[in-house]
Amino acid sequence: MRSRFSIAAPVFAALGDETRLKLVVRLCDDGPASITHLSRDAPITRQAITKHLRVMQNAGLVRCSRQGRESYWELDRRRLREIRRNLALISAQWDDALGRLRRFVED
Amino acid sequence: MDTDRIEKKTLLHAPLSRVWRALADSTEFGTWFGMKFEGPFVAGATVRGVISPTTVDAEVAKSQKSHEGMPLEFIVERVEPERLLSFRWRPVTDSAAEPSTLVTFALEETADGVMLTVTESDFDRIPLERRAKMFAANEHGWSVQMAVIAKYLAHAQ
Repeated sequence: MRSRFSIAAPVFAALGDETRLKLVVRLCDDGPASITHLSRDAPITRQAITKHLRVMQNAGLVRCSRQGRESYWELDRRRLREIRRNLALISAQWDDALGRLRRFVED
Repeated sequence: MDTDRIEKKTLLHAPLSRVWRALADSTEFGTWFGMKFEGPFVAGATVRGVISPTTVDAEVAKSQKSHEGMPLEFIVERVEPERLLSFRWRPVTDSAAEPSTLVTFALEETADGVMLTVTESDFDRIPLERRAKMFAANEHGWSVQMAVIAKYLAHAQ
């Protein structure tokens, strides 16, 4: 079983690309979508889009299912929620620490 | 949401020299933050410290008890008196290549006090969940904190 700790870093790498972020936004807005749908109006090829989706699939950000001859892609929102939760926690810890600094220097 | 960086700003009603000492003097930093260091913060030098309950807040001190003695390494990058302090930090483990995040404290004197901006970045390089738990209270405290955050997020939206 993979450690829960080891899985966050690849997510950031997977999101650190403009094309992939656009795909995430599109999947967010449109819900599950086929490659045909996702490559419509896109400046890059179907193959390139598939490659980007695979990177995100490996990071656990998207899931793929086949229906007939088409692959449908959708967001795995659980992973995004997990990242958001961890960052919110770190953010709250800084609020706490700065509150202590305030008391320390203002008293 | 910016996933690689946290930024916090706070206005402190204290003299610039006082705020600077609280940050740049590793003993003073440790007092409010909740750590004990083996030496001073020197640009370019690495200093180790351990979690040691803060004396500023009894409640927080209680929750820090569960991490007491946990070693951390600070790789100090910039020390610019009364302006800026930055370091990378990471837990000390058996693994030599432990990744770190970058923490920067920037000070600016204003008419109302000292504006302190804290940023922590490079979260994309680290196991995020472990960083989140590095200073978190024990499991009970963790769930309390999560409830607070849930409320905060609900409010923020």
